[in-house]
Amino acid sequence: MQLKTRTKMFCRCPVGFGAGENTQTCPVCLGFPGALPVVNRAAVEWTILLGLALDCEIAEHAVFSRKNYFYFDNPKGYQISQYDLPFCIGGKVLVPTADGDRVIGIVRAHLEEDAAKTVHVGGRTGRIRGADYSLVDFNRCGTPLVEVVTEPDIRSAEEAKRFLQLLRQTIVELGISDAEMEKGTLRVDANVSVRPQGSDELRTRTEIKNMNSFNFIARGIEAEIERQIGVWESGGEVQQETYDFDAATGALTPHRAKEEADDYRYFPEPDLVPVEPPPELVERLRSELPELPAARIRRLEAELDLERATVLVTGGLDRLWQETVAAGAEKVSAANVIINAPAAAAIASAPAPELVKLVDARDRIPRTAFDEALSKISEPGFSADPYLAQEAVSDSAELEPIVARILQENPGQVAAYRNGKEGLLGFFVGQVMKETQGKANPRVVSELVKAKLSRSA
Amino acid sequence: MAPVVDTLRLTAEDALGLVERREVSPAELHGAYLEAIGERNDELHAYLRTVETAEGASIPIALKDVISTKGVETTAGSKILEGYVPVFDATVAARCKAAGLTLLGKTNTDEFAMGSSTENSAWGPSRNPWDPALVPGGSGGGNAAAVSAGLAPWGLGSDTGGSIKQPSALCGNVGLRPTYGTVSRFGVVAFASSLDQIGPVAKTVRDVALLYSIIAGRDPYDSTTVELPEPVQLPDAERLDGLRIGVPTQIESLEAIEPGVRAAFEQALELARELGAEVGDCDLPISYRYGMPCYYLIAPAEASSNLARYDGVRFGPRTEAATYREMVERTRDEGFGAEPKRRIMLGTYALSAGYYDAFYGQAQKVRTLLIREHREALATVDVIATPTSPTVAFPIGDKAADPLAMYACDLLTIPSNLAGLPGLSIPCGLSDELPVGLQLLGPQFGENLLFRAGHALERAIGFDTVPTRFRGART
Repeated sequence: MQLKTRTKMFCRCPVGFGAGENTQTCPVCLGFPGALPVVNRAAVEWTILLGLALDCEIAEHAVFSRKNYFYFDNPKGYQISQYDLPFCIGGKVLVPTADGDRVIGIVRAHLEEDAAKTVHVGGRTGRIRGADYSLVDFNRCGTPLVEVVTEPDIRSAEEAKRFLQLLRQTIVELGISDAEMEKGTLRVDANVSVRPQGSDELRTRTEIKNMNSFNFIARGIEAEIERQIGVWESGGEVQQETYDFDAATGALTPHRAKEEADDYRYFPEPDLVPVEPPPELVERLRSELPELPAARIRRLEAELDLERATVLVTGGLDRLWQETVAAGAEKVSAANVIINAPAAAAIASAPAPELVKLVDARDRIPRTAFDEALSKISEPGFSADPYLAQEAVSDSAELEPIVARILQENPGQVAAYRNGKEGLLGFFVGQVMKETQGKANPRVVSELVKAKLSRSA
Repeated sequence: MAPVVDTLRLTAEDALGLVERREVSPAELHGAYLEAIGERNDELHAYLRTVETAEGASIPIALKDVISTKGVETTAGSKILEGYVPVFDATVAARCKAAGLTLLGKTNTDEFAMGSSTENSAWGPSRNPWDPALVPGGSGGGNAAAVSAGLAPWGLGSDTGGSIKQPSALCGNVGLRPTYGTVSRFGVVAFASSLDQIGPVAKTVRDVALLYSIIAGRDPYDSTTVELPEPVQLPDAERLDGLRIGVPTQIESLEAIEPGVRAAFEQALELARELGAEVGDCDLPISYRYGMPCYYLIAPAEASSNLARYDGVRFGPRTEAATYREMVERTRDEGFGAEPKRRIMLGTYALSAGYYDAFYGQAQKVRTLLIREHREALATVDVIATPTSPTVAFPIGDKAADPLAMYACDLLTIPSNLAGLPGLSIPCGLSDELPVGLQLLGPQFGENLLFRAGHALERAIGFDTVPTRFRGART
């Protein structure tokens, strides 16, 4: 993840988005002759903070090393990274599940500098192969980057997603990174291998890169699992390779073929001295650690259920939920309202007392009014009262003909529902809500649908 | 019109006096050196380029072409940096500017400071003012020739394996390689980061001390620098009473040391005794046995990485090609000379997976032993003395085809460099009418001690720094 420090890892250039290309650069991050790196102290402290949150041991003696390779996004011909002596070693993340906590081991977390951003212009793929030319923007070059490496403990795509959501939330709450996958401030490479059920061997793994959302990661992993199973079952052997996942087509394509074997010729960076974090610093940072997301999920689970607790916590919405409940809202309703709010970002800073009013009135006021209120709840001076004055249509006599018509128009779904696909209830309710332009009381509609479908069975 | 000053004889200290007393203006002084350069640089090729206008209120200085100078082309003696004009000053250049020193020009160097004769410069070799058929030493041969021939009162060089000390010896100058970490490397084109140090070259020990005081001290832009534990003292004592000088027993059996060099060295030791010093033995067995191989693993390893940035993407010449990789390969093939290529290959090999432990890793362990060995030796003596170079200046072309013979030039300067210790070279006499250098090595931050010892010896030796063939040319 990119750290959102004020300045870059080894120079005083600002870190940030949106500036004109190649304007946030200097001789150091451009790798000019004679330029030397100076370690960003905040980046070191934040790395240690993250390490503590991941239950890592903090190195008493950490060393930056050079990772040597040629590429035009790498101006010095080496990236300053960490090799055998990273800041954080051997931690774990607990992922709460219905069957207890899954323990995902953390091998290490180390600090390094980001490469420049490249844009390949022309060609069909947007990759370097076939491009007419490539542009390099060095603004990103030298941004502090923390890499976290897990043990091979993750057993499914779903688990990977849950782990990442938890890790991301931890990072965000520590305030060290925006960790936004779409912006590239959080990037994930997934290493995948498969094995026969019951076996505990670790077979050859492949790496998937360039996935820019948690859902794409899960899908990419799923696709790679399928591919590998296919290879093994057809008598082949999985080769260690790197793939790009194309979310649009679901295709995995081999990453740029390296023309030489990976030998980065690591050696300790002679332009820097080893960093020895003083124990007082580590203890101060430890004392500043907030309660971690995994612990809060378990705490909320006691009052709600694991699924809602997880969504609230990993969405950064659990505090709002607690305030809303404390202000008098019913727990599950409050959770549902918050979780299903159209824009999580808008509701995150909602005033709890107003939110309580909306939670209580949810079934009574028209859905359009409810949604509009939610979308505006974080605006200054917001009051729920004007919305509460509106009434939803709860009159069964008025709603029944509409329900009947919707069921009639969707015989396939009706049949499916009756064959056990009860999840389709939401579909029918949604159609009625649409028909009534959101004015119907969804609870009444839901009951009418259920009644009608069971009666005619 | 009579010349303003006799640049051949003028020390920096004297020049400063002239400027302070307003007998000569900085511009006049700058002009006098430019005139001397105009007269003698065609023959000596000490400067790669000069700066016409004096920007500063003090005396001029020459900077080796590895030191970045804002607005003034800096090539490090390499074609791969042809036309590269830094947008920033190296810290040492900035400190010189802040002290009012006017930049006379950039002096020749072996390509990326890799060499002992300046024959590896992409721009042609410099020549020794004592005899232009001979090399001035290297890599800082341009600086040494300039100071020796009165083309600069003083200059700044860089020393990785001996690039300040050895040319100073071969040209009859005083040169200091300071304690590692006392002078900023920021803005100095890197060769081997853990060994590179910037230091002064001048005609006298006092000049060297003065220039050192201008450039030394912690720089927030170079993490490996430290503050000096004590201020620089200009030496004035003429006696060496009580000073314990140790001569490594190992140098006795070094056949590479020419008899004439040995004789001049012995004479200097005799003078030291007369000044009250105790001259005895010390022991550096690992240093002389393993120093060279250790250096030729560590320095090329670091160089192979430091030179990776010359890819034709952001600065310097570019050889166009169809793909990025091909462009980089061709740019580097055409831009680097044979010696950088040789060291890049050596270093890449030493760092490669499967060889790291045997080569680079092992060399670092040896380096640790070497540091310890020097510390132990310097616990029993105050300074260590050796000849600076095993030979006097040699003919251009003599060793150019034999890298190992060239590497052996630094046999005596390398061990203490690996240990990070300061070394001062002063002229101690002539052999075959060519200057011989005496190397004085001290403990970490022992510069003041070296200045005191060097100054007293310099006075006693009474070496005339003006090359014989220039004497009488001016009055």
